Amino acid sequence: MTEFFQSALGTGWGWFVANLILILLIALPVMLSVAIVIYFDRKIWAAMALRRGPNVVGPFGILQSFADAAKVFLQETIIPSSANKGLFLLAPIITFTVALLSWAVIPFDQNMVLADINVGLLYILAVSSLGVYGVVIAGWASNSKYPFFSALRASAQMISYEVSIGFIIVTVVLWTGSFNLNAIVEAQRGHGLGFVNWYGFNLLLFPMAVMFLISSLAETARAPFDLTEAESELVAGYQTEYSSMAFALFWLGEYANVLLMCTLNAVLFWGGWLPPVDWAPLYAVPGIFWLILKISAFFFIFSWVKATVPRYRYDQLMRLGWKVFLPISLLWIFLVSGYLMLTRYGV
Amino acid sequence: MIQIFAFYLFASVVIASGAFTILARNPVHSVLWLILAFFNAAGLMVLIGAEFIAMLLVIVYVGAVAVLFLFVVMMLDIDFAELRGGFMKNLPLGLALAAVFLAELVFGIGAYRAGNIALGEHALNPARMGASNIQAVGELLYTRYIFLFESAGVVLLVAMVGAIVLTHRRRAGVRPQNIGSQVRRRPEDATRNTQPAVGQGVQL
Repeated sequence: MTEFFQSALGTGWGWFVANLILILLIALPVMLSVAIVIYFDRKIWAAMALRRGPNVVGPFGILQSFADAAKVFLQETIIPSSANKGLFLLAPIITFTVALLSWAVIPFDQNMVLADINVGLLYILAVSSLGVYGVVIAGWASNSKYPFFSALRASAQMISYEVSIGFIIVTVVLWTGSFNLNAIVEAQRGHGLGFVNWYGFNLLLFPMAVMFLISSLAETARAPFDLTEAESELVAGYQTEYSSMAFALFWLGEYANVLLMCTLNAVLFWGGWLPPVDWAPLYAVPGIFWLILKISAFFFIFSWVKATVPRYRYDQLMRLGWKVFLPISLLWIFLVSGYLMLTRYGV
Repeated sequence: MIQIFAFYLFASVVIASGAFTILARNPVHSVLWLILAFFNAAGLMVLIGAEFIAMLLVIVYVGAVAVLFLFVVMMLDIDFAELRGGFMKNLPLGLALAAVFLAELVFGIGAYRAGNIALGEHALNPARMGASNIQAVGELLYTRYIFLFESAGVVLLVAMVGAIVLTHRRRAGVRPQNIGSQVRRRPEDATRNTQPAVGQGVQL
């Protein structure tokens, strides 16, 4: 597509227009799927609690998210009088923007990636570490006690789990020998016994896959680690003072982050856009279909956990991050690199 | 074309946010400007082809160090009037520092103009090796500079142990959570099913 526009508009402008269209082609479906995913989250949650869930707006209530969006859009934006106005409005924008930034390096199919850079995984780590600021700034700028507590909790939690996520990613990178996400997906082709396209099928990497799933729950502050918005303690956490579109931006950003983490789970350990088994007829199905299937499966797990697992205490959360995940993932780096030294590189 | 545009964009934002870091009245705003400066410095590094260092800058400084900064500054209780009152007292020190930096700038630019410092072409230039950034940095760190690298690690470890030793103290009368005993506890240990007859209480 870039070539087409470059031939039509000249090198510079063609590149610009093509990339603008590609960005919209990623961002708009992500936003649309966020709306759908919120509906599914509520449906799954309701089903597990033997309720009906949203069922009024549209067939099966499928338009509920859009109705909610229209509702918040029409609401008045209330800014607390003692809030730090500029930062108060900046925080949801940061959260929302950062949630969309990471999608630039996600491979949706063999050649379907916006920025095929060789530090792709590091880019995702860098961008997701920026996500803390939206929460911290929101909590501080609200000039209110509960949001501030929530912001402190959130930043401590995100930083703690980013450490173990970093180490888990290192094991995958060691096995692949590249930070490029497409290379990581390609390396999983026929990885397990010559026909399963999963890193998770590998006995050495499977514990890391489980830990990554749990860490991604903590990183996105989903249940059972949703201490940042523990409604029994902190009202609604850092979003307490927000209303209207500012609130909606937080909401969208949060779910876009959840989707991103589901995608990362799929890409890093469960083969990304590859079909589950290395069997020729399965490749007839476009890769993006497999990726979406895997993302949906992980999103179902996220909702399932939210519906069934009670919330952790704060000290338990910190203990899990620092005293369990950190040592285990560190040990696994030694195990994986040792195994690779033995088998792949020779001692 | 776009590189030049990006360079001037990043560079001017770095300088402007650096200036705002010291000009902002509110210390939290200062830290946020500093973060913006870090972020744009990372952009400059991407422009010179050091994408690995750029990502590390964002992950380490923006993602971790600056968050801790922000933490501390947010919880400080600062009297702004008092802060501004100290201006005259610290003016001589500030002027002295400014003079030192000016001298350094003059010498630095003079030396650069003279053109005597030949930094030399490194054998491990990533562009020459045909390797990616990460490979080139790894190649250097783990071969030529392995002892410096490891001693830096030891220094950090000592600093960490020191900080823990300084702040860790045992206080009497504290009852911390014992996770092991909490996990070992079974329903049978805590609950009892009884069927008391009508009118009779339960012995607890």
